[in-house]
Amino acid sequence: MPKITLVEFDGQAHVVEAEVGQSLMQVAIDNMVPGIDGDCGGACACGTCHCFLENRAGDDIDPLEESMLSMRPDRNERSRLSCQISVSEEMDGAVVRLPEFQM
Amino acid sequence: MNSIKNLPDPYAMPIDEIDVSDASLYKFDAWRPYFARLRSEDPVHYKAESPFGPFWSITRFEDIVAVDTNHQDFSSEPAIVIGDLIEELPIEMFIAMDPPKHDDQRRAAQPVVAPKNLVAMEGLIRSRITKILDSLPVGEEFNWVDRVSIELTAQMLATLFDFPLEDCRKLTYWSDLAAGSPEVAGGSVDQEERIAGLTDCLQTFSAIWHERKLEKNSDSAGALDLIRLLQSDPSTEDLVDRPMEFLGNLILLIVGGNDTTRNSITGGVLALNQNPGEYDKLRANPELIPNMVSEIIRWQTPLMHMRRTATRDVEFKGKLIRKGEKVVMWYLSGNHDETAIENADSFIIDRPNARHHVSFGFGIHRCMGNRLGEMQLRVLWEEIGKRFKNIEVVGEPVRVQSNFVRGYESLPVVLHT
Repeated sequence: MPKITLVEFDGQAHVVEAEVGQSLMQVAIDNMVPGIDGDCGGACACGTCHCFLENRAGDDIDPLEESMLSMRPDRNERSRLSCQISVSEEMDGAVVRLPEFQM
Repeated sequence: MNSIKNLPDPYAMPIDEIDVSDASLYKFDAWRPYFARLRSEDPVHYKAESPFGPFWSITRFEDIVAVDTNHQDFSSEPAIVIGDLIEELPIEMFIAMDPPKHDDQRRAAQPVVAPKNLVAMEGLIRSRITKILDSLPVGEEFNWVDRVSIELTAQMLATLFDFPLEDCRKLTYWSDLAAGSPEVAGGSVDQEERIAGLTDCLQTFSAIWHERKLEKNSDSAGALDLIRLLQSDPSTEDLVDRPMEFLGNLILLIVGGNDTTRNSITGGVLALNQNPGEYDKLRANPELIPNMVSEIIRWQTPLMHMRRTATRDVEFKGKLIRKGEKVVMWYLSGNHDETAIENADSFIIDRPNARHHVSFGFGIHRCMGNRLGEMQLRVLWEEIGKRFKNIEVVGEPVRVQSNFVRGYESLPVVLHT
């Protein structure tokens, strides 16, 4: 199982084991990592699971996710909605930073 | 006022005749069986005739999410309430715009309610709440809506706009005018009064805008002021020169921050009184307040619907929605959908996953001020808990006549310490 490090805004790190195929949002929720809300339950519809993916590759963000991200004042080039990230073996060792707030 | 007019039994009529746009259903709190029948028998429901013309109703949680996140097929233009706007006042607001114009305007307004800014505001909000609560009579009946719900939200709005606190009830008045017209939502506001009032709103804020522009460099300004914020963003810096768009944004922010919070404040008191076991849980464990706030917002659903308009012929859940037809997402129904929310009709303050509700909507138009509203409610209940053992409801609430705002005109209470 890939190990992923989730880092809260204040720097506190949580190393979690994730199941391949799970959404990163669900991984955070299941491990009770504060800073990810996921109000809509993973439908890319609320924007409350925003995160910053370190070393994010030039992956394609679909238009719905793009439109949700574009509303975020703290959006940057690493921004993703964690409900739209499916955990893969390649994510072993990945570092994910959580934002100062969700909205 | 509370005598129930002749509302038909929703199970005794042909399903095609069910008309959930009838504001009386909400005035008399009679909507539950209507939506229950639609959700189970005809969740995407067409009503061919209504005072608002033909319209579709979307009643299930997951279908609401699907429509709300599909702005290509379901446009927010020209209006997001079931009624169409009247000709005399063609107000433009970003909630009723599609991308890209929507995105530019919303991006400009959004930072003011970012949680980061809210932290700085919390102290001021708490002190204003404290003052209001400390002024209330104990052991004597009064109207909670007027003394607390309206007063508090009016002061919050004044804070947000840096509007003169002594005139804060004007904001409430304008909000009522904007949200209550019969054409738009089945309410009872006089059209002439509405136009005069909203014109006054526009003029007042235009004057504030110009004053503030002059003192722009004096940095007397608080950091949290929506007008200054709009002035500082390139996409809205000349908003005052586009009066209908300026007015639209003002109305949006006033209604958005007014009816919603106001009625959730009242709704929480009512819900706790109707569910004394939940009130006991709250007294025993104030840590539940943040979770309870989400549950209150679900249970109240202060804005009952949002409307879209089909941009093309769309096949949706086996129905053909034709281009140009009105599609009304009933958030009130989605929040009572048993397939998405367990024991949806019950008020449960420690409900797991309480944030999973549809009151804020979904997609790009999702409520911008949701964290501000939650914070106001949280602080209010924290301060109530420090002062009063019981807010006892001593009579029936009088509800608002509207199919859009689910609200209260009055709720008689007695406080006990």
